[in-house]
Amino acid sequence: MGNWKKYILNEKIIISLLSILISLLVAAIVMLMIGKNPLVAYAALFYGAFGTKEAIIDNLMKTSPLILTGLAVGFGFRAGLFNIGANGQVIIGALLAAYVGTMVASYPFYLSIPLVMVAGMVGGALWAAIAGWLKAYRGAHEVITTIMLNYVAIFIANYVVNGPFQAPGGVPKSPAIAYSAQFPNIMSIGATSLSTIIFVSLAAIVVVYGIIQKTTIGYEVKAVGFNPYAAEYGGISIGKNVMLAMAISGALAGLAGTTQVVGVYGRYFGALGGTMGFDGITIALIGQNDPIGIGLAAFLISSIRTGSNQMQIAGVPKDMVTIIQGIIIFLVATNRIIKTLKLRKRKEAVEL
Amino acid sequence: MDKNVDYSEYAVVMRGITKRFPGVLANDRVDLFVKKSEIHAIVGENGAGKTTLMNQLYGLIRPDDGKIYINGVEKIIKDPNDAIAAKIGMVHQHFMLVDRLSVVENIVLGQEPVRGPFFALNRARKEIKDLSRKFGLTVDPDSIIEDMPVGMQQRVEIIKVLYRGAEILVLDEPTAVLTPQETNELFEILRSLKSQGKTIIFITHKLNEVMAITESVTVMRLGRVTGVVKTSQTSPRELANMMVGREVLLTVEKNSAHPGDEILQVKDLIVKENRGIKAVKGLSLTVRSGEIVGIAGVAGNGQTELTEAITGLRKVESGKIIFKKEDITNFSPKKRREMGMGHIPEDRLKHGLIKTFPIYYNFILGEHDDPKFSDGVFLKIKDIRKFSEDLVKKFDVRPPKIDLLGMNLSGGNQQKVIVAREIAFDPVLMIVSQPTRGLDVGAIEFIHKTLISMRDKGIGILLISMELEEIFSLSDRILTIYEGQIMGEVRPEKTTTEAVGLMMAGHKLEDLHQEA
Repeated sequence: MGNWKKYILNEKIIISLLSILISLLVAAIVMLMIGKNPLVAYAALFYGAFGTKEAIIDNLMKTSPLILTGLAVGFGFRAGLFNIGANGQVIIGALLAAYVGTMVASYPFYLSIPLVMVAGMVGGALWAAIAGWLKAYRGAHEVITTIMLNYVAIFIANYVVNGPFQAPGGVPKSPAIAYSAQFPNIMSIGATSLSTIIFVSLAAIVVVYGIIQKTTIGYEVKAVGFNPYAAEYGGISIGKNVMLAMAISGALAGLAGTTQVVGVYGRYFGALGGTMGFDGITIALIGQNDPIGIGLAAFLISSIRTGSNQMQIAGVPKDMVTIIQGIIIFLVATNRIIKTLKLRKRKEAVEL
Repeated sequence: MDKNVDYSEYAVVMRGITKRFPGVLANDRVDLFVKKSEIHAIVGENGAGKTTLMNQLYGLIRPDDGKIYINGVEKIIKDPNDAIAAKIGMVHQHFMLVDRLSVVENIVLGQEPVRGPFFALNRARKEIKDLSRKFGLTVDPDSIIEDMPVGMQQRVEIIKVLYRGAEILVLDEPTAVLTPQETNELFEILRSLKSQGKTIIFITHKLNEVMAITESVTVMRLGRVTGVVKTSQTSPRELANMMVGREVLLTVEKNSAHPGDEILQVKDLIVKENRGIKAVKGLSLTVRSGEIVGIAGVAGNGQTELTEAITGLRKVESGKIIFKKEDITNFSPKKRREMGMGHIPEDRLKHGLIKTFPIYYNFILGEHDDPKFSDGVFLKIKDIRKFSEDLVKKFDVRPPKIDLLGMNLSGGNQQKVIVAREIAFDPVLMIVSQPTRGLDVGAIEFIHKTLISMRDKGIGILLISMELEEIFSLSDRILTIYEGQIMGEVRPEKTTTEAVGLMMAGHKLEDLHQEA
């Protein structure tokens, strides 16, 4: 599209790519210090992520929910909101999706699948909207409220799979959802299956890109995120947009939870989100809140994690991946600090 | 040049101080002479360069050119530490205190006394009590700052400066935040400090204060010194003249106005500022279609709160705002905009523009959900770009590239974008605040002409400006605001800048007539 966007994207891409490169170099130095050969380690990492069909499928299936939680956090950032509660929204979204999923057995797939997906998104959206409402009308900071809501979500999840929503047999899991609500697999190799949920994530990238770049909602949300004073001046309601942005962010996280229910497990396992909500923060940072960047960042993080087992077998501790990830985030974040500082300096000079 | 001159009788001498900011010459070869143990006022309108000058004395910014002598010795002051070492202390307009800490904790901040590993406040507490007694600065060392009234907080700032050994005190508009009672108390303190040998530089624009407490005055205007006088040998009238300049430099060609119906009425308006103090105190005014009503006044007398209340950005405590015969006191900014109220805001980077949005996005701010630009869900990007290309051409925005981000434009061109946008919405009333602040002459002329042509098309304009010249050359009626109230209404052709200057300093129009 426009030149301005190209300019920003270029700068962003350079920062992200440099960060990744430097982090790989630093990790290599660490490996040398503990007496390991980094070339061997990286070769193993690469083989582990892309070397076999199973690896690629595994990698894609890990990427899929990370794209969604990354988009969730990234969308929040666009509105100036730090949604740390993607984890809770994943859990509540998955719960609602699974609950609806057990009730749609008599419906054809073209009804049950949309119903389940909508349920999951509504679950995540409502959960996030609580924090949005508290921020917009009570001034409670979303970082605090979303963290607290994460715990509430975990307790709810653990309660329902051990009580009202438990499948017979004493194991903490829900009954299976209706077959008509499950996403079909594209292919299976042994125990690994590539589910069609990957398309949901790819579609979400396009939809979020469209919302941000092409819609009035995107315009308002960005205006509030960039400069709430000017937004208010322009007649844009800050409260409404904070809630809306939180709800959209939560819907994306809820969708991430939903895809795990309908595409991977076929039932609800309580707090199954693991850390995917928090990974969303990492991914949004590396992807610099750009939907396409987030897609690539999710794939990167998933790849180094998938490959890490193979690296472990090659004799380099799996934890090296955490180091790489940490350094990337640090560099992306500090680059932002440097950029922000530069801006501030310029502004001060003008203001004085 | 100055090598053989003896400055030893002066506490502070600044010679040829020049400071340039992007697009602005903030200080232009400024000279300042302050004798030992005197109270010296620096007066001037907003933007005259007073604070800039003092920030250079205190090392907050470095001069581009010029020399500073303290007690006759040339000093290079690179940062506030150098200034403190030279026994200079500064009390800023905005206090630099930690609200949650006590008086004594604030005062020792940065050089905390310790005994072994422990915080030893007792000695500091005693020193503070001594200072309090010595200068009549009564204050309880253990009070928490946030519980104290503003006047007391200011005392803490003064003690903090004295505690660090200052002999030369710079006070930047110290009375701006004080009640008359607190102001009197402050003056007592300043006299006591002076009698014990301290030198005080006092920045203000309130002329009665200058007359009340100072020995000599340096007047600044647009970055230059326009007068140095002994207080005993001058009058508020003369000072006002030097402050605002006798002649109107920028004349705008305009015909007489043909005002129509009253379009805006403000009745007994009371508005509070952020700290909960009343800033607009029962103010009433009217604006008719096709006229420009100018509000003259020194910054900080309620102008910001007044404009924000009229445009819906700030809550009204009491009183009414009537626009097009409808009570809009509690309408949202959006509703007011839809009714035809345009707004050129005082702070273009805070309210007027989104710096990180491209120009074509900034052009639709406020109208982005109008059917012209949005079908309800999607933005009509093509139409928006076409609209923006037209505006950029019509208003000669440079460079004429609508994909540039707001922050990549110069101040003048940013202002053109805002003015173009507000005019394009076809308003019937325009609230215009500080429309030419920081702009060069060319841009100022353009904005002025635009405002006049809007007036001639029948738009009612309320113009708020700190530039008296601007008020005089554009307005059909002039209201002067002082401490949230209107001091009087005059017509520019039937009054003088001195008269308005005096009203800006708190004299009522009736009082002026009595004097004359």
